[in-house]
Amino acid sequence: MHCIFPWMNSLMRVLVLLLLLVSSPAIAQQPAPDQSQQPKQTDEFVPISQLPAQDQLPAAPLLVTAYAFVWVVFFAYVVSVGRRLTKVQHEVERLESDIAKRT
Amino acid sequence: MPKWFVPLAAVTALMFAASPFLIANAPYEATMGLVQKIFYYHLPSAWVFLLSAIVCGIASARFLFGGSPRQDRLAYAAAELTVLFGAIVLVTGPLWARKAWGVWWQWDVRLTSSLMGWMVAWAYLLVRKYGGPGSDKLAAGLALFGMANVPFVYISVNYWRTIHPATSVVPTLPVDMGVALWFAVACFLLLFVLLLRLRVYLEEQRARLDALYLSLDE
Repeated sequence: MHCIFPWMNSLMRVLVLLLLLVSSPAIAQQPAPDQSQQPKQTDEFVPISQLPAQDQLPAAPLLVTAYAFVWVVFFAYVVSVGRRLTKVQHEVERLESDIAKRT
Repeated sequence: MPKWFVPLAAVTALMFAASPFLIANAPYEATMGLVQKIFYYHLPSAWVFLLSAIVCGIASARFLFGGSPRQDRLAYAAAELTVLFGAIVLVTGPLWARKAWGVWWQWDVRLTSSLMGWMVAWAYLLVRKYGGPGSDKLAAGLALFGMANVPFVYISVNYWRTIHPATSVVPTLPVDMGVALWFAVACFLLLFVLLLRLRVYLEEQRARLDALYLSLDE
């Protein structure tokens, strides 16, 4: 009988066989490499118009609108309270002068 | 107006002017990118919205049980600020959601309860304006309901299934994001104090005007 590894004697062949038998379950139990960390292979080209809605939208206009809205609302509110306050104060002054004239 | 008002207004204006620079320097969030920066104005306005509803509720309770007109004026001012900051929350949130979630609005528990709190504040103002005599006490009852809604809004994301970020996001923020957020929170709190004082002052002037009209009639 011809051996495929003629340089191994029978003892060595038995040892290698035992080593393979012992280590094979450990190799089999190793976790598969994490596929999610590797970039996926491209298997199709998708036009940008077919992306989900949130991926197509540019973020900058939304961000600018949000910040501009906050500033405009604050400014408008301060102006609104200021106008109301001025109106009431003018009326108070007018009434006080009327009362002073009467007395 | 108190002496601290103008210096504090100047400090607040400077802080608001500086806030975009801090926000721009904060790192981008990994999944949402640029649009997540709406967070730095959205969250502080949401906290002030809830704080304002609490101030309105406490002042209304003190007015209902103590009858103090001062508390009524405070409640009225806080209700208007609840509407103001609520409007900011309900506009900036959907602008962020459109990009992050793909929709403007979700009828989930956080968004719906926030909308409800905002509508209660609107109801308070409408009752005060058009409710006629006795509307102040009816509105105060509404304010109590608005205040009771606040804890529900806050904890809702931790107990119900929702796509809105949980309350655990803030304590886990990295330092660069945290600095920008807490600076914005300080800005919004200072602005709330200033606007509340200004709005209470307007109510005080209106009360003075009413007293003058009464004295004129007599």
